Amino acid sequence: MVSLLRNRGWLIGFIAAGVLFPFVLPNAYFLHILTLAFIWMIAVYGLNLLAGYTGYLSLAHAGFFAVGAYGLGLLTVKTGMNYWIALLLACVITSALGLVVGLVSLRTREHFFAIYTLCVGYIIYLIIDKWDSLTGGVRGLIGIPEPSNIGPISFQTPISQYYLIFAFLLLTILIMYRIVHSLTGRTFIAIRNSEDLARTLGISTMKNKLMVFVLTAFFAGLAGALYASFIRFIGPDIGYITIIFDLLTYLLVGGIGTLAGPIVGTFLIVALSQSLQFLQDYRMLIFGPLLTLLIIFYPRGIVGAYHDWRLKRKDAQRTRPQKEQEYFETEEETEKQVKEG
Amino acid sequence: MLELTDVSIQYGSFTAVEKISIHVGKGELVVLLGSNGAGKSSTFNTISGLQKPSYGTILLEERPIQGLGPDKIVRSGIVQCAEDRKLFPQMTVKENLVMGGYVHRRKRKQVNQSLQDVFELFPVLLEKKDQPAGSLSGGQQQMLAIGRALMAKPKLLLLDEPSIGLAPLIVEQMFEVIQKINKDGTTVLLAEQNAFAALKIADRGYVFESGSVVVEGTAEELLANDTVRKAYIGA
Repeated sequence: MVSLLRNRGWLIGFIAAGVLFPFVLPNAYFLHILTLAFIWMIAVYGLNLLAGYTGYLSLAHAGFFAVGAYGLGLLTVKTGMNYWIALLLACVITSALGLVVGLVSLRTREHFFAIYTLCVGYIIYLIIDKWDSLTGGVRGLIGIPEPSNIGPISFQTPISQYYLIFAFLLLTILIMYRIVHSLTGRTFIAIRNSEDLARTLGISTMKNKLMVFVLTAFFAGLAGALYASFIRFIGPDIGYITIIFDLLTYLLVGGIGTLAGPIVGTFLIVALSQSLQFLQDYRMLIFGPLLTLLIIFYPRGIVGAYHDWRLKRKDAQRTRPQKEQEYFETEEETEKQVKEG
Repeated sequence: MLELTDVSIQYGSFTAVEKISIHVGKGELVVLLGSNGAGKSSTFNTISGLQKPSYGTILLEERPIQGLGPDKIVRSGIVQCAEDRKLFPQMTVKENLVMGGYVHRRKRKQVNQSLQDVFELFPVLLEKKDQPAGSLSGGQQQMLAIGRALMAKPKLLLLDEPSIGLAPLIVEQMFEVIQKINKDGTTVLLAEQNAFAALKIADRGYVFESGSVVVEGTAEELLANDTVRKAYIGA
């Protein structure tokens, strides 16, 4: 954890901002929006591991999100299970589904993979929508309980839920950091680079891809389950196609394949769409062109562009002293020549 | 050590390689000569498991390996250093090398020792160990690609055209290093278009022409062979 904080000013800043926010701006509406944004961030982190680091764009992510949400909702509402056990089970169920879907879908690549997972996501949506007796269909699922107490700590106030979800987000970031900076993470990046090359190094690509897919589903499930207990009402539309494209937009704007990207992108888009509320659906007229420009000029998003800029600056600093030295040398030489001449 | 018998490779209805038989003895340095499209790379990809042979058997130390996945073949001791010096450009030099030792990732000590050995063989890589691999020059990238393959501690190293696109002086160095790797105990199978340089360090060779082996023999025999001289050495 300490090594995580060293050289990571953005993370310290983010933690401080997150902890202090409710004191600085005690506004129930902002708190609600920000808590929701944290939930989306967890989901986007999951998507980032698969689409950003491993290079497989899964469009079933909203489906897994919905499975997590309905998993928690049904377990708590219909069986009256303890919240925390239900949360864990919801994540396990989503991961298990991820394993099954991954086993089939990971045999395809690139756009075929995207199309296949898009279909899977849509089928999940359809099942939730049509299986009336289990999910309540279009009427949705009402009365999902809030997180139950852990000892003396209760989660009944919006502020306590805010901190709970913030803690889950930090845990997600910590896990992502550990994965990305390990050999396992570099194995994923190797697969993104070239699967054939990864295989000639002795990497079992299927096993690794499956592991990422399951992890991704796990985080989608976690985000979904937290969403269900935060909003306390869920309908089939949380598994709909628009959700996955929202998540993808957050990821692309922030920076696909970067650690800070999901936070930056989600926060920016959520804040922007809140402040453009008065434009209603015409907001898309602003988002569309902005997103297009961003993809053309900064394909790795805002964070990626920042990294590139820093790398260039570092490079310039490294070469400058050399150039100065050369300059001095030539000056000395001319001096010598002048003297000798 | 490695024995290919009547191996054929097909892409759909197109036969890239037809019934070739190649053997490589332990400790040997064997070269496959041939122009572009003669079937050298297809043969390599088949040995390393990326491609499945449509016919024939491949034995490594008397055990059949045809049809195994590439990761299993790396574990059994054959490592391919791909053409075009494919690297992971965003990773640092050191990270690239550590990726090469992937199959030994549980043996930290051994990986560190291999890392030292590679740095000893290519001192320039030690100098640049924290730089992104994409920033290296062509020759350095080739050294890194070979170094990364060595990290897996291969019994048999497959080198696909290591001299391609490099300056003549670097090519000479490259062949010296390949010879050194071979003398240090790694069996090497080398694919090359640069026949003269390759035959100077090789024990034996095979000449490929449109998918079959047309001439085979010791390096001296091939250097003296008229067809080889005319086609590849230009004398």
